[in-house]
Amino acid sequence: MKIKTKFFGEIEVEEKQIINFVEGIPGFPEYERYVLINDEEVGFTFLQSIDEWSLCFITLPPATIVGDYSFDLSDEAVEKLELEKPEDAITLAILNIPEDFKKMTANLRAPIVINVKNNKGIQELLDGDNYSMKHQVFKGDV
Amino acid sequence: MLVLSRKKDEAILIGDDIEIIVTEIAEDKVKIGVRAPKNMKVLRKELLEQVKEENIHSAESKVDLEALAKVMKK
Repeated sequence: MKIKTKFFGEIEVEEKQIINFVEGIPGFPEYERYVLINDEEVGFTFLQSIDEWSLCFITLPPATIVGDYSFDLSDEAVEKLELEKPEDAITLAILNIPEDFKKMTANLRAPIVINVKNNKGIQELLDGDNYSMKHQVFKGDV
Repeated sequence: MLVLSRKKDEAILIGDDIEIIVTEIAEDKVKIGVRAPKNMKVLRKELLEQVKEENIHSAESKVDLEALAKVMKK
């Protein structure tokens, strides 16, 4: 099917590419279906809503921001995602990109986790203060 | 909303497997222990509110992808 996107005009999406966020994403509970768009030009992954073209999160794998990024996924999340092994999960951090790109931040505290085996997704909220919701992506000069 | 008075070390049961215990009372703060099944998420409410705000803020930002691509290539 064809969908309208925020950044890439109309694109073709196959049924099997659709990622289901059964609980939505906090702040947007009514939108459950998304698709991942990788853009090599910019180097980001876009989490685009299928049902609302203007809703699109720009993300990066957290490990590209903090090399040793790791967390324990809650049992609740494992159950919801029906995740069998860690290798089946991809993790993405939602970016906040202001006009001044240098001040870009990443939400490392609430990563998006997707089970690639069944295309179920959630936004997990991590316990503890190890990671910030506004982690500076660029250190020093850009 | 049900409102109950509790003293230090007194508890509240919710259903069969959730227990909430007041472990410490200070002037403007109480410490609360929660015993709940592992598959049940226990959250500070304001944390979820922060995530919502952060998500909305992210989704609303207008990003000039071309300009961003130039910066990222450096």
